[in-house]
Amino acid sequence: MLTKRIIACLDMDGGRVVKGVRFKNLRDAGDPAECATAHARNGADEIVLLDITATSGNRRTLLDAVFRTARSLFAPFTVGGGIRQLEDAAAVFDAGADKIAINSAAVRDPALIGRIAGRFGSQAVVVAIDARKVDGGFEVFVAGGRVATGRNAIQWAREAAACGAGEILLTSMDRDGTQSGFDCQLVRTVAEAVSIPVIASGGAGSARDFVEVFREGRADAALAASIFHFGIENIAELKRELHDAGIPVRWPC
Amino acid sequence: MIAIVDYGAGNLNSVKKALDYLGADVVVTGQPETVVAADKILLPGVGHFSSLRALDRAGLREALLQAASAGKPFLGICLGMQWLFEGSEECSEVAGAGIFPGRCRQFPSSVKSPHVGWNSLAIQEGSRLLQGIAQDSFVYYTHSFHAPVVSAMTAAGEYGLQFAAAVEHGNIFGVQFHPEKSGDVGLAILKNFCEV
Repeated sequence: MLTKRIIACLDMDGGRVVKGVRFKNLRDAGDPAECATAHARNGADEIVLLDITATSGNRRTLLDAVFRTARSLFAPFTVGGGIRQLEDAAAVFDAGADKIAINSAAVRDPALIGRIAGRFGSQAVVVAIDARKVDGGFEVFVAGGRVATGRNAIQWAREAAACGAGEILLTSMDRDGTQSGFDCQLVRTVAEAVSIPVIASGGAGSARDFVEVFREGRADAALAASIFHFGIENIAELKRELHDAGIPVRWPC
Repeated sequence: MIAIVDYGAGNLNSVKKALDYLGADVVVTGQPETVVAADKILLPGVGHFSSLRALDRAGLREALLQAASAGKPFLGICLGMQWLFEGSEECSEVAGAGIFPGRCRQFPSSVKSPHVGWNSLAIQEGSRLLQGIAQDSFVYYTHSFHAPVVSAMTAAGEYGLQFAAAVEHGNIFGVQFHPEKSGDVGLAILKNFCEV
């Protein structure tokens, strides 16, 4: 049986994993390669490394971190942040990533999804969507959530899938960093609108939140960053609780 | 020496990295003569079945069939396993090797496609490649087309229907999942291939 995935996200700044609330009050949480292997050993089904600064001067630092992480990680590995064109994606794949996540660049140029998928396969392209609840639906935001696009998140998810995306990484900006639970309404609406897997993100705080996003939200995978650092929540323990609640997970792992 | 066949499709880093980690002697090559000279062959692949057309263009098809019929251990991963069958509905004009019967087909519309994530293996007895792997072990998949259930199947997967997760006949092995992405279980499977 296909299991629901628990994905650990590492936010990286200047070559180090950092943790803060909404990218503020950043604290050092360690070396990306060490964090990634530790999470994988602890039961994470997948690792996402997100370059949260993603300035051009940092590309070498990012690629070095990707290379070092990939060398000792034998689980699916996604890298996002600052990928603006096919060449950026190719460099990240060359360094050892299995998938790339694109956000603002895909909104600006949806054909980029197809260009990367055409060369590396749809399974390698994750389109990340940051959405916020507005009157009458959910709106897409870009540039780290700072810029409203006026676009409807459900329509954009459908278009991204049609362009060749392999998965949607859907973040609720209303819930992100709050640990108050995933936005199951948003997740379910998107998950039922597209035929590709949807990864829910934003709001994870407890095992119950994960049960709800899989059951009510129909998510295929759920991602969290903050609760997996500093041993605040043990992934193996989380998966045991999900298993006990009847959610199919890779357990024991 | 294990030859990882490079035909320009997708990225071979992860397979090479896993074999390097296991201490295997590995070469990544797109040269038919290097393939023929190798002790073992690993045909990776991810993406669209049409990318296998490059095997024909590069003269690799003959080299692969020659190595396979010479009794060299041959492991196809994902698209590389699908190539061992007669072909795929994904691209009917590209022929597979036809070592295993039948064609690869799309998953039914009752399930999401691609099939992405960790799924359990229903292992049958007697597989050399899956020796020592526990029943119901989880492995990582990412694919939209699947190989049919055949008599050479050594492990089944379940996703909307039953499909061949692993096949094996003599020196020829195929796995639909990605052992290089399947943690300790996957590394143990690759180690079995190194030692077969």
